[in-house]
Amino acid sequence: MTREPVWQPSAAQAALKSRAQQLAFVRGFFAQRGVLEVETPVLGRCGVTDVNLDGIHAQVSAGSRTGGWLQTSPEYHMKRLLATGCGSIYQVSRVFRNGEQGRRHNPEFSMLEWYRVGFDDVALMEEVSDLVCGWLGCQRPVIIQYRDALERWAGIDPFSATDRELMRRCEQWLDTEQLADLGRDGCLDLLMSFAVEPNLGLDRPVFITGYPASQASLARISRSDGYEAAHRFELYIDGLELCNGYWELTDPKEQRLRFEADNELRRRSGKPEMAVDEAFLNALDQGLPGCAGVALGLDRLLMLKLGVQDIGEVLAFPFERA
Amino acid sequence: MASYSTNEFRGGLKVLLDGDPCIILENEFVKPGKGQAFNRVKLRNLMSNRVWERTFKSGESLEAADVIDQDMEYLYTDGEFWHFMLTDGSFEQYPADAKAVGDALKWLKEQDVYTVTLYNGSPLSVTPPNFVELEVVDTDPGMKGDTAQGGSKPATLSTGAVVNVPLFITIGEVLKVDTRSGEYVSRVKSS
Repeated sequence: MTREPVWQPSAAQAALKSRAQQLAFVRGFFAQRGVLEVETPVLGRCGVTDVNLDGIHAQVSAGSRTGGWLQTSPEYHMKRLLATGCGSIYQVSRVFRNGEQGRRHNPEFSMLEWYRVGFDDVALMEEVSDLVCGWLGCQRPVIIQYRDALERWAGIDPFSATDRELMRRCEQWLDTEQLADLGRDGCLDLLMSFAVEPNLGLDRPVFITGYPASQASLARISRSDGYEAAHRFELYIDGLELCNGYWELTDPKEQRLRFEADNELRRRSGKPEMAVDEAFLNALDQGLPGCAGVALGLDRLLMLKLGVQDIGEVLAFPFERA
Repeated sequence: MASYSTNEFRGGLKVLLDGDPCIILENEFVKPGKGQAFNRVKLRNLMSNRVWERTFKSGESLEAADVIDQDMEYLYTDGEFWHFMLTDGSFEQYPADAKAVGDALKWLKEQDVYTVTLYNGSPLSVTPPNFVELEVVDTDPGMKGDTAQGGSKPATLSTGAVVNVPLFITIGEVLKVDTRSGEYVSRVKSS
């Protein structure tokens, strides 16, 4: 079945106008706070090791180099800039994630990513609130611990529950065979997506913070209540995940270990291993200043601004029309 | 048979689930930014007509179901089966049982064309066209000159279907009926 390609945009004129206003608002926000706008490559030599992020491989041939990856986030390049002592920076960039498509996903999307030197996760959450509430005119978010959210909406303690208990809790959605190789974090992601997320940020925006150490990604970890928790936060509004932030890990040795652990996970789940970005690790060796960073989905922010349910309503040309 | 991975799922796709042919109605991609991706899928079981909701880990796949829709002419019934014939000139015939014919029974008219859904080569269901033209075989006497007044009466059609019609309709007239709602649409001018 071949269908005639649609040439018209899927977003209304008003949405495209609002998109331009949003961009102007963001730039004004950071200009006022003296945060420098930067641009880094969309096409990089390395992809990411994260087991749940699939980059899009590029067939580049230029100079002596071939291959390359469309970036899933500008994080590594921006941290290399931070290591030069440039101070706080932000970027509006296009990022790419293979296989992600739905009402809330498009394989290419607009990301606002920024890093604040000298900030920790708590200070950055304040700034995220300023930006998001300034644009949406919403109430300021409340902060809920990941552990409390899982206990309240999924009825399970994510730190003390055994793997077996977690799997049993997930049987509502998946059968035993599907659960066999899902793993602890996969189970937690399922509960987060299906039991918790739909309840988040309905009355007012919610920050979830204090993620299990296994989901720290590039965030610092510290001990509290006898459990290792990551200084990582996410903002939810109307059940929509809007951003993901870290009090950034600056230790190159720890970072390398996490990359290797990622690749071990990739091996086990049958995904190709990804080359570790040595340039990024060299920058950490040089010294990343203490900082907090966050990535925020601008298309979703616009969905909230306009009260629409489908990302296609805020994109001129979603992938199926691109 | 081919199989489809979750990222190929879309409405209308026919797949095998728990051994039964199903049609995908909705496919929702769910993924926390840094977490495992899932697909929440609504499917209609084509055997039972029940709607199922299932969750898949992204990357899982389902076998394609050998289900195709074919235009076929209705020929006759022998009491046990209703016989249909392909309209592609092959004259190939397919017997459909009562379960496959289902609600289409009351719209079946010889020589009319229906959509027959085949599963592994056998009729699974029969769908009538949106509109059919059938003759009235029984209704109360028509009331001439009363066309402006509302009101309706039941009329039995040649297939046995009973539809509500305006009061002026008489036995022997041919009516256009919407099979989706079972409602009278208009009279068909007799030739």
